Amino acid sequence: MQNVVSVKNLSKTYGNQFQALNNVNLDIKQNEIFALLGPNGAGKTTLISIICGIVTPSIGTVEVGNYDIIKDYRKTRSQIGLVPQELTLEQFEIVYNNVSYTRGLYGKPPNPQHIEKILKDLSLWDKKDSKINELSGGMKRRVLIAKALSHEPSVLFLDEPSAGVDVELRKDMWEVIKNLRNKGVTIILTTHYIEEAEAIADRVAVINKGEMIVVDETSNLIKSLGQKTLTIDLHEKIEALPETLNNYKLTIVNDGLSIDYQYDTQSKQTGITSLLQDMKEAGLKLKDLNTEQSSLEKIFVELVKEK
Amino acid sequence: MNFYAIRAIYFHEMDRMRRTLFQSVLSPVLSTSLYFIVFGSVIGGMIPQIEGVSYGSFIVPGLLMLTLLTQSISNSSFGIFFPKFTGSIYEVLAAPISSLEIIIGFVGASATKSLIVGVIILITATFFVELEIQYPLLMLFLLVLTCLTFSLFGFLIGLLSENFEQLQVVPLIIVTPLVFLGGSLYTVEMLPEFWQNVTYFNPVLYLVNGMRWSFYGASDINIWVSVISLVAFLSICVAGVAIAITKGYGTKE
Repeated sequence: MQNVVSVKNLSKTYGNQFQALNNVNLDIKQNEIFALLGPNGAGKTTLISIICGIVTPSIGTVEVGNYDIIKDYRKTRSQIGLVPQELTLEQFEIVYNNVSYTRGLYGKPPNPQHIEKILKDLSLWDKKDSKINELSGGMKRRVLIAKALSHEPSVLFLDEPSAGVDVELRKDMWEVIKNLRNKGVTIILTTHYIEEAEAIADRVAVINKGEMIVVDETSNLIKSLGQKTLTIDLHEKIEALPETLNNYKLTIVNDGLSIDYQYDTQSKQTGITSLLQDMKEAGLKLKDLNTEQSSLEKIFVELVKEK
Repeated sequence: MNFYAIRAIYFHEMDRMRRTLFQSVLSPVLSTSLYFIVFGSVIGGMIPQIEGVSYGSFIVPGLLMLTLLTQSISNSSFGIFFPKFTGSIYEVLAAPISSLEIIIGFVGASATKSLIVGVIILITATFFVELEIQYPLLMLFLLVLTCLTFSLFGFLIGLLSENFEQLQVVPLIIVTPLVFLGGSLYTVEMLPEFWQNVTYFNPVLYLVNGMRWSFYGASDINIWVSVISLVAFLSICVAGVAIAITKGYGTKE
């Protein structure tokens, strides 16, 4: 599939000598939902800000839709919509005017039908005449999304869209994002919430200390790096593990009524068969078995720790 | 040229004026009216004519300049500083707009606001003092040029300011004294010789006298010197703003 955003050998060092990005390479495909994961200060916002034209790169090139972001800035920027991380809005302005203002900034003629549609899609239509400082935090976040969509961009950047948003609204937002993708918009989001990346992203990149650690399809990442946990429920409570089981990575959970066994799905031998055999020989009676795939969160913590 | 963007910024800024009507229009008009009452009517009545006009009429061009300068600087410095302060500047920076278009939008709106205030003050003045304008076209030209120049100057201040204190320092500490001591309320001839010479280094003197010449056909400074110095200052401001914005001072890292 065609690349919409192409980042090559990108580095950024700020005036205070802080290196926010170090030789980052990244391609984002058309019409995908791409999640950029990383701890605070990893360089996620810097990367987005460079692509959108807010921060100037130190080294490297970025292309959006095959146009260079510096030489052809008008062409690249008019394709991009940006939802910033902070709720940066003019407090005393009216919602409708503020959304229309952004459309104008992007060089588009007024289109009241389009603005009306966006505001309705984001459940903001009944607030269109309200001042921004009268809105709740979640509504302000949606105003920012409406602004970013006001000029009909083909690439949408969402910097921490779920920060400070309650669970229900977050799910609504995921719906909005998925709908946009169905309409052909490419979506790039940064997030702290692994759950979010897991729920909606087609591909995930993990960035830490300015370096890209891994870029892969979400499901592949979970599969290839995934650990599984086998939980064995016992008939009778145990105080300690029998000595014959000391070779296995086991933990007693559930007040001695269950045992957790961690194993790697990719290894040749998971050790499940011999574990069950040894448990039987040790006289433990099994009640139930249950396995669970480790989440992206665990993978993420592992990856960041390794670095 | 991204005309829609220029229009968007321009009307967005003009809208701010509408929202803050009292601060942007009424308060300068009120304070200038007070000057007219105190200096023009009350004290002015006891002062003999200067250069053939009553003191009340004499101070009109100076007061007009005082307001234009302070208003232009505060409009545009605030106009660009406010989005920097709230963070909403991000969308201006991320939009497909050139630096020139940003400047035209912000500075154009600021100059328009000052022009409106200037015209209102002129109208107000006619209620208090006798007013005749000998060269109305020249007056209008100087009015527009001053609004533009000092809006650009204010834009530069707003661009480079990192906090509210810096935003206020230049207008309060530098501009206000320069205007008061720049012959707004007196002619240079009234000063002792030493202070006359010092005053010639004050750029505002040339502005005020240019304006006064357009009103009464008489001033301390040759009109051409006034016009040239105003254009020179305009060029300095254009250069300053152009450098600051292309280098990204105060906005881009």
